[in-house]
Amino acid sequence: MKAIVWQGTNKVGVETVPDPTLLLPTDAIIKITSTAICGSDLHLLDGVIPSMEKGDILGHEFMGEVVEVGRDVKKLKPGDRVVVPFNIACGVCDPCRRGLFSACDNSNPNHRMAEALYGGVSGGGLFGYSHMYGGYAGGQAQYVRVPFADIGPHKIESDLRDEQVLFLTDIFPTGYQAAENCGIVPGRDVVAVFGAGPVGQFAARSAQMLGAAHVIVVDRVPERLAMAEAAGCQVINYEQDDVLVALREATGGRGPDHVIDAVGMEAHGHGPGALVDTAKQRLKLSFDRITALRWALLSCAKGGTVSLPGVYGGLIDKVPMGAAFAKGLTFKMGQTHTQRHIAPLLSRIEAGEIDPSFVVTHRASLDEAPALYKTFRDKHDGCIKVVLNPWA
Amino acid sequence: MSQDDTQPTPPALSDSASDTPDTHSTGAHMPARERSVVGTVGVALMGAGLRSARPLQKIVLGGVGAGLVALAATGRNPLATALKIRQNKEGEVLVSDAVTVGKPAAELYAVWRDLAGLPRLMTHLERVEVLDAGRSRWTVKAPTGEVSWEADITADEPGQRLAWASVEGAAVPNHGEVLFRAAPGHRGTEVVVRLTYRPPAGTAGAIVARLTGEEPAQQLRDDLMRFKREQELGFAPTTEGQSSGRAPQGGAA
Ligand SMILES: [Zn+2]
Ligand SMILES: [Zn+2]
Repeated sequence: MKAIVWQGTNKVGVETVPDPTLLLPTDAIIKITSTAICGSDLHLLDGVIPSMEKGDILGHEFMGEVVEVGRDVKKLKPGDRVVVPFNIACGVCDPCRRGLFSACDNSNPNHRMAEALYGGVSGGGLFGYSHMYGGYAGGQAQYVRVPFADIGPHKIESDLRDEQVLFLTDIFPTGYQAAENCGIVPGRDVVAVFGAGPVGQFAARSAQMLGAAHVIVVDRVPERLAMAEAAGCQVINYEQDDVLVALREATGGRGPDHVIDAVGMEAHGHGPGALVDTAKQRLKLSFDRITALRWALLSCAKGGTVSLPGVYGGLIDKVPMGAAFAKGLTFKMGQTHTQRHIAPLLSRIEAGEIDPSFVVTHRASLDEAPALYKTFRDKHDGCIKVVLNPWA
Repeated sequence: MSQDDTQPTPPALSDSASDTPDTHSTGAHMPARERSVVGTVGVALMGAGLRSARPLQKIVLGGVGAGLVALAATGRNPLATALKIRQNKEGEVLVSDAVTVGKPAAELYAVWRDLAGLPRLMTHLERVEVLDAGRSRWTVKAPTGEVSWEADITADEPGQRLAWASVEGAAVPNHGEVLFRAAPGHRGTEVVVRLTYRPPAGTAGAIVARLTGEEPAQQLRDDLMRFKREQELGFAPTTEGQSSGRAPQGGAA
C-alpha cells in the first residue's frame, strides 16, 4: 500500500510499504477513506518529538471502512464505517474505566521510554506518533491496523460526509475538551483562546456551544482570525495590538474568565534538556507556547481556568506563578480522552449544531502530502487544515 | 493562608548511611572488604579504556574505571548512588517496585504462589523447581552459565503476602517478598515486590551489572507491567510485525 513515511528530520515521503495485518485477536484492519495532517505532525517533521525512526508511518487523524477483524472483536464487522481516535486505549484499566482514555495504563508497549522521560509515568499509545508513544503505525496510508478495535473506533451510521466527521478523531474533541475543562458558566463567562489553528478554532466554537457569553481569539495569521471572526468571535491580532491591554479592554478590566492556550508547540529543541534554551532564543521570534502561557496566566480573571489542550514536551521556565497564585487560577491540561467525546459530539454534528468541515482549506492525494506538510508548516496559501484521500 | 516557611531538606545525595534506615538508604558506604575488589575492577577498566582504539570506549571505560578507583580509595560509592543502586549497610542491593492490578488479591496471590510458574512473572528466572512444601530450587541464567540455589518460603499469608529466602550457602544470597493489598476505591490490588540480594562481587558487581545493561530495577518494572497487562488484558500490546517503511519485503499493494 501507499503510506506517508518519516524519512528523517524535515523529510517525509510517499512509499510503498506492506499492507498491515492483524497482529492480535483484538485488532481490526481499516481501509482509510480520509486522513488529515495535524499540527502536531509538524513536530515529528521537525524532529522535536524524540524516538522517531526512519520508516515510521505517520498520521493519527483518519477514518474509513473496516475490512478485517480479529476473532475477539465483537462490535465491528467488515463494511462498518468508522472514525478512529488518535489515542489508543485498552478500555479495561483503571484510567480507561474512569474515562481517562489517553492515560491508559496498558496500550503503550514502549511504556519504559515514556517512563524514563516523565518520571515513571507513561500515557497510552498513539497512532503514528513516535516510539515513546508506542510506535504504532499511523493512518496517513491506504490501510491501518487498529488495536483494541472494540474500544476506539466509533461507527458512523448517518450519511454525513467524511469531512464532517473526520475531525472527531482528534481536533474537534481536543478543542471541545479544552473548553469543557473551563467549566464555563453559560451566559456569564468570557473565554479567550490563544492560537487560531485547527484546535483553537474548535475550542472557540466549543466554548460558544457550551454557552460562553463572549469568545475572544488571539493570533496573527489573518485568514485564521477571519475564520474565527466568521464564527462570531472577537479577534485580536497580537502583532497589531498589545494583547494584555486589548483583553482588559474587552473584558471591562476583569480579564477573560477562562483562557485556552491552543498554540501548537513550536520548535523548542530536541529532548527535554534542550527545550528551555531553544525556547528562550525563540521568544522574540514567534508566538510560542511560553509567550502564550505567560499571556494566559497574566490575562486570566480571578478564579479563572487556564486550559492547555496541546502538547507540552519538556521543561519551561519564567512562568508567572505568582500571578496565577494571587488570582487563584485552576490549571487543566492533558491529552484528549477522545473516546468519551465522540458520541456526544457526533450527536451535535447530526443535530446541525456544528459542521466541522469549515476548517478544511486543502484537499489532496497522498502523493501531494509531502509538499503540503511544508505548506501547512509555513502557513502558506491560507493553509489551516489538510485532508488527504489515500485513493486519489 | 498557609505558607510553610521551613523548606524540607532534600534527601542527601552523599553517602551518609549512618542515620538512614537500612531498607531505604540509597548508595551508602561500601564495606571495607569490597574496596579492594572495586579498586581492582576500576584499574582493569581504566587499562581497557586506555588500550581501546575506539574513542568512545576509551572515554567511557576510562571514566568508569577512574571512578571505581576513586571510590575504592575513599570507601564511598558515589557511582552506586548516581546509578540509583539502593544498598543497605550490609552491602545488600535492594530492588522494589509496585503496580496496581484491577483484580482481587486472592487471584493475584494464587498466580505468585505457583512457584513453578514464577519464571513467567520474573523473566530473569530460568526455572523454579518445587522440592517440598517449603523448599524450592531457583535457577537463573548468568553469563557464566546457570546459577542455582535453594530457597525456603519464609512467610505465606494467602491473599496478602508471600516471602522467601535463599538457604545458607547460596551463590547469590537473596530474599524477597510480594505484598498484596486492596487498592482504595475498588481499584483492584496493589502488588508490591521487594527483592534483596548480595551481588557476586558486592557493590562493584552491582555497578558493573548496571553499567552493562542488566538493570534489576528496570527488569522488575518490566516484569510488573507485563504481569498487570497479562492479568488485565490477557495479552501484551505489541507492534511486532506491523508494516513500516523498514519492512524487509516490498509492498504487497
Ligand atoms: Zn492531531
Ligand atoms: Zn486502558
